Amino acid sequence: MENKPIVTCGGDQALFTSLYTPLAQQLPREPMEWRRTYGRAPKMIHLEANFVQFKEELLPKEGNKALLTFPFLHIYWTDCCDTEAYKGSVKEDMTRWQNSLRGHGSVDWVIVVVETNDAKKKNKTNILPRSSIVDKIRNDFCNKQSDRCVVLSDPLKDSSRSQESWSSFLLKLRTLLLMSFTKNLGRFEDDMRTLREKRTQPGWSFCEYFMVQEELAFVFEMLQQFEDALVQYDELDALFTQYVLNFGAGDGANWLGSFCAPVQNWSGLMLRRPIDMEKRDSIQRGEASLLDLRSYLFSRQCTLLIFLQRPWEVTQRALELLHNCPQPLSVPGALDCWVFLSCLEVLHRIEGCCDPAQLAANCSHTVGLWAYATDKLKCLGELCGLVSEKGPTSEDLNRTVDLLAGLGDERPETINSLLSPYKKLKEALSSVVAFERHYLELSHAAMEMYKEINRLRSARLVGKSLAEFYMRKGEPERAEVFLQEALKSYVSEGWSLPVTHTRKNIAACQKLLGRTEDYLQTCALLAGDANLTDEERKNFCQEILSFASKSTDKSAQKVTLSMTAFAQLTRLEFRPSTASVHSGAVLQVELSLRCLMPVAVRIQQLSASIHFSLEQAGTHGRSKGPPRQTNPGTVHFAQPHSSGNAVPASATTPSLELDEIQDRSPSDNSLNSTGIVCKNTHLVMRRHDSGLSPDTANSVSPPSVAVDDGAQMLKVQDVTLEPGNNAVVFTAGDPGTYTLRQLCATVGQVQFVLPHIYPLIQYEVYSQEPQLTVEPLSEPLLAGLPQSVRFTLLTGHYAVKKGDALQLSNSDAMPLLPSAACKASILSPTNGESSLSIQSSEKVTSISLPPTPPYHTLEFHLEVLCVIPPGPDRPPNERLTNGECPRTSTNHNCPWSIYSTLLPLTFYIPFKTKHSLLSAGNRKYIQVCVQNVSDASFQLAELSLSEKQEASLELQSLNTKAQQLVCSKQSVFCLWEVRWKTDLPSCLQCVFSASFSPLGQPASSFKPFLYQFQLERVTTLYSVRAEILPATGEQQCRSGTLCGLEVCITRLTEPAEGELAEEGKTDSDGLRTTKLMYEVADSSSNWAVCGKSSGMVSMPVAANATHRAHIEVMPLFAGHLPFPKIKVFKYLPHTATQAIQPDPDSCVENDTLSLLDKNLDDPQGDTASLRSRGSVHSLGSGEQQRGLPMPRLEPFGPGQVFNHSHAQQVLVLPATDDHIMEVNAT
Amino acid sequence: MAVCIAVIAKENYPLYIRSVPTQNELKFHYTVHTSLDVVEEKISAAGKAMADQRELYLGLLYPTEDYKVYGYVTNSKVKFVIVVDSSNTSLRDNEIRSMFRKLHNSFTDVMCNPFYNPGDPVQSKVFEGMVSGMMVQVS
Repeated sequence: MENKPIVTCGGDQALFTSLYTPLAQQLPREPMEWRRTYGRAPKMIHLEANFVQFKEELLPKEGNKALLTFPFLHIYWTDCCDTEAYKGSVKEDMTRWQNSLRGHGSVDWVIVVVETNDAKKKNKTNILPRSSIVDKIRNDFCNKQSDRCVVLSDPLKDSSRSQESWSSFLLKLRTLLLMSFTKNLGRFEDDMRTLREKRTQPGWSFCEYFMVQEELAFVFEMLQQFEDALVQYDELDALFTQYVLNFGAGDGANWLGSFCAPVQNWSGLMLRRPIDMEKRDSIQRGEASLLDLRSYLFSRQCTLLIFLQRPWEVTQRALELLHNCPQPLSVPGALDCWVFLSCLEVLHRIEGCCDPAQLAANCSHTVGLWAYATDKLKCLGELCGLVSEKGPTSEDLNRTVDLLAGLGDERPETINSLLSPYKKLKEALSSVVAFERHYLELSHAAMEMYKEINRLRSARLVGKSLAEFYMRKGEPERAEVFLQEALKSYVSEGWSLPVTHTRKNIAACQKLLGRTEDYLQTCALLAGDANLTDEERKNFCQEILSFASKSTDKSAQKVTLSMTAFAQLTRLEFRPSTASVHSGAVLQVELSLRCLMPVAVRIQQLSASIHFSLEQAGTHGRSKGPPRQTNPGTVHFAQPHSSGNAVPASATTPSLELDEIQDRSPSDNSLNSTGIVCKNTHLVMRRHDSGLSPDTANSVSPPSVAVDDGAQMLKVQDVTLEPGNNAVVFTAGDPGTYTLRQLCATVGQVQFVLPHIYPLIQYEVYSQEPQLTVEPLSEPLLAGLPQSVRFTLLTGHYAVKKGDALQLSNSDAMPLLPSAACKASILSPTNGESSLSIQSSEKVTSISLPPTPPYHTLEFHLEVLCVIPPGPDRPPNERLTNGECPRTSTNHNCPWSIYSTLLPLTFYIPFKTKHSLLSAGNRKYIQVCVQNVSDASFQLAELSLSEKQEASLELQSLNTKAQQLVCSKQSVFCLWEVRWKTDLPSCLQCVFSASFSPLGQPASSFKPFLYQFQLERVTTLYSVRAEILPATGEQQCRSGTLCGLEVCITRLTEPAEGELAEEGKTDSDGLRTTKLMYEVADSSSNWAVCGKSSGMVSMPVAANATHRAHIEVMPLFAGHLPFPKIKVFKYLPHTATQAIQPDPDSCVENDTLSLLDKNLDDPQGDTASLRSRGSVHSLGSGEQQRGLPMPRLEPFGPGQVFNHSHAQQVLVLPATDDHIMEVNAT
Repeated sequence: MAVCIAVIAKENYPLYIRSVPTQNELKFHYTVHTSLDVVEEKISAAGKAMADQRELYLGLLYPTEDYKVYGYVTNSKVKFVIVVDSSNTSLRDNEIRSMFRKLHNSFTDVMCNPFYNPGDPVQSKVFEGMVSGMMVQVS
């Protein structure tokens, strides 16, 4: 039943009873503002009251501080309306009532006069106005306090008047009640404060004070002021705590002694009742234990907080209370019991007042309690021997009994609840199975909740403790899951100490489970763990070693472990540093391994498996690929941090390797897009939770390591790895390019494998084919002279033995010149030189080579001569390829090749020779021009020219006999006159011969030089003679006046047989004639040809036939002018079909022809191109050109036409003598 | 005074952790590690409220039977955790705050050292000395 402030009612009880119901209903209906003392904020409160009949005993005695039973207001009810009656009885009664009140010092009273219309009507005539009674009462009792008398009119009627009167009455009542509260509570608080101030005095008792302040709290609670009530309890709590602290500091208060009594009961908090009267009584009696007082205080706070709708504060306070519960109880485990029970009790209480959804949303507040309860139950279980494999001992059982005894009997209010904390604890402690069930239930609940609110670390910690439980129970398989999960989290966040600890647990677990491989791997990690003591590390190391030395049968699979835990590869160095050697040489690879084991470990075999990559094999290799450090040949490996300060994998994400990409369109190579790609996305984007880098020393579980079986390996046997840095040297062998892949250390049955060596490291052992190169000693090679050629033999993998010979097949064009003093030098560190012996036979030159080791260079020089091919001119730098065949001897043990090879050598002929035929009338001269095209200077001697066929021919030299010097790029001209006796053949086969030697060489070194050529159409057929005649009457030619050009063409010889057949002849008038065409042209614009410039001549084919032509020309300038050119062509009628090939010798004339074209300035482009196409040239009218059956012109060969007036000049005088000279004098 | 002081990197690995030598170091590691749960919870809660003028001091992270764990997070998400013995009631919030402030200042000095590589474990002697001053002197 709820407490309400007490209001006494005196006077007419029947009247009060009739009004009680509406009064009790209406009083709390309207709130009232309560102004508070001490600056406390005013509050609106709904007042309620417990109306009781006035009794003298109700009035508090002097010194009674009880507030709950304190009557705050006294009401006197009367409906007296009769003066007589008033005077007779009511006044007396009232006086007595007031006196008794006054006697107890109570001033909170009110007199209610109820008026009814019935009464009024009844006494309408013979009584005083009703007010008089009220006035009388006011006069008699309420001196100066007229408000203490209230009139209530027609309270039971439903009229507006009655309502009004009710409301004013209620207002008055409330006001008075509040006044009373304020006054009485104020007085009470003052008293209480006074009492509190006395707390330093001896004899002060906290319990007494507690009761006083709690009284106040009760009143506030009664007034529904839970906040204020809570404040009272908090104050008490703080005061008590302060005392306890002071007590701890030595400031003991006597009253505290009572709390020091040994605790006999640890039944936990009881939160189901609003007030635990048992405890309260014991506090009142001063018999409560510390635990009782705390429990009671908390239960009250809890109740009030729940009233205040603040259940989450309860949990928080509960945790605080439970954590701070300071007193270790005498019976071990008792405190645990108390905490456990209390946790569950609080949780039950909260569950009782919240709906499940609310609970789920706020499990962050409750989870602490769950976890705490779990923890405590585990402690209890351990204490009572419920966690061990064997079950509790008798000692444990005794302890359990003691603990259970302290729980006492179950409280009556929970006796029917199936899941009360009390029952749970009792059950849990009763048997191993029940304990396990309860413990697991709690653990899982706590873990679930932690996970729900994303406190994964906390969840894992609970999981770890669960794992410990399983381990004690001897169920390692269930423990492992939790341990691994916890380990993963610690590893990923880089907490080394927890990692070590958890890993130790895992090791124990794996050992029990018999997971040899995993266990050994964990042992390896632990043996290298700097967080452990040396002793522990040695133990773990010993575990591995003893397993390794177990002599199991050989067929058993070796256990493969990750090397990262065992040793770290810190450095790798190649010797030589290029990491590239030829086969047969020694390539050393020095590995620096940092062994993490605490003791020296003897490794039976350390092997590095290598991967052979074909693509590089045998070539001249440079090691490539791995990003080189500054020191080539040495690779430093990135070190995972020492496990002491491991940075977690998540923090060491690899840096981005970015590359630019450009996308160009395939058609026009224009840029479509460009961008950046990350080359190592697979590393960067890797999920960190699942894909932990297996390389870190902190890896959760050893990654399964694949061993390259059957791969090639570098091996070292029997190495002892000391703790710390070790150097191991491997020696590499077979040719090829190799990539280091894995490193594997074998200790008995155990293999430590480093699955990947990164960065990629390659080395190369190359094997080279023997190679022979021939190159000229001096560039260019000159033909016709002995030249030195260098032979370079790279022996490669082939060792040249004694007796091996190089065989060169001789060719006629290029004989080898044997020389005795031929030396071969072997380029090697020991610069040896040995002689060569060269045997030359007709076909083959055999060079026996000195013995040379592989990968050396053998070099020797040979003299070769390239014979200059005589005969017609060739392009000067023709390549002469001469076969040389390096052939092995028949003996099969020394070949490097069974094939013969062509070695091309390019020789250059030093001279360029030209010949020309010169004529003077009938006399003929042959000119030979020898041009030195080489860079060297030569001596020329014994120049001679001979004719092969005609013996009758005499060639008379017109040259000096002496040697002639031809400097580089200079020419020598030689001339011979041709004399003949009978007849000059039309074709001459000439051979020019000379001997030459480089300048400064002795005379013996002269080498012949031959030049063959052929001359055709040598004979002079026509002579042309021109003469310029001045105009008639003039002595000299004058510029601007016409002159006559007389051209006289004379046939000199009888036609030869061949000529007759070849030339187009026309028989006209029975005479054989040849058609000739002459043309006068002036290329230098000296002459203007007037009228006909060309003409056709039919020459009779007979000696001395002459044709004269007269042509008008006009000199344009004065002075000595050369004659205009007169050209004579063969005129072939159109019937002739023979195409005329351009003759090299006619080139000069062609040039002049085209020059002439330009002078003519023909506007027609097409005809110009037609004309310039070749030697075909037609003059005159356009019909001639366009007509398809075109007659053609063919020039004569050089020497066939002799021009007498060639280069002749004529004096031309100026046109008049009157020269106008303008002289300007200024 | 404190029984354990830890500096934890943004990525939640310890940059520095030191506890009273007489007590179980491992336990403190576990405690501090677990406290990160609450730190993260508080950071995310505070982040939602006001990202700019966030209070660096996170207050009591969680109490245990033996210890009180306080947290503090710098603007660069480096966390400081101070563990105080539960029985030590003389330490008020203000003292804890000032301890954190001192810690923060000292840590800033460490970060200012050009030879210190951010993310590496803190090995500064000055920092060490300051921490020692804040720890309980166990006789």
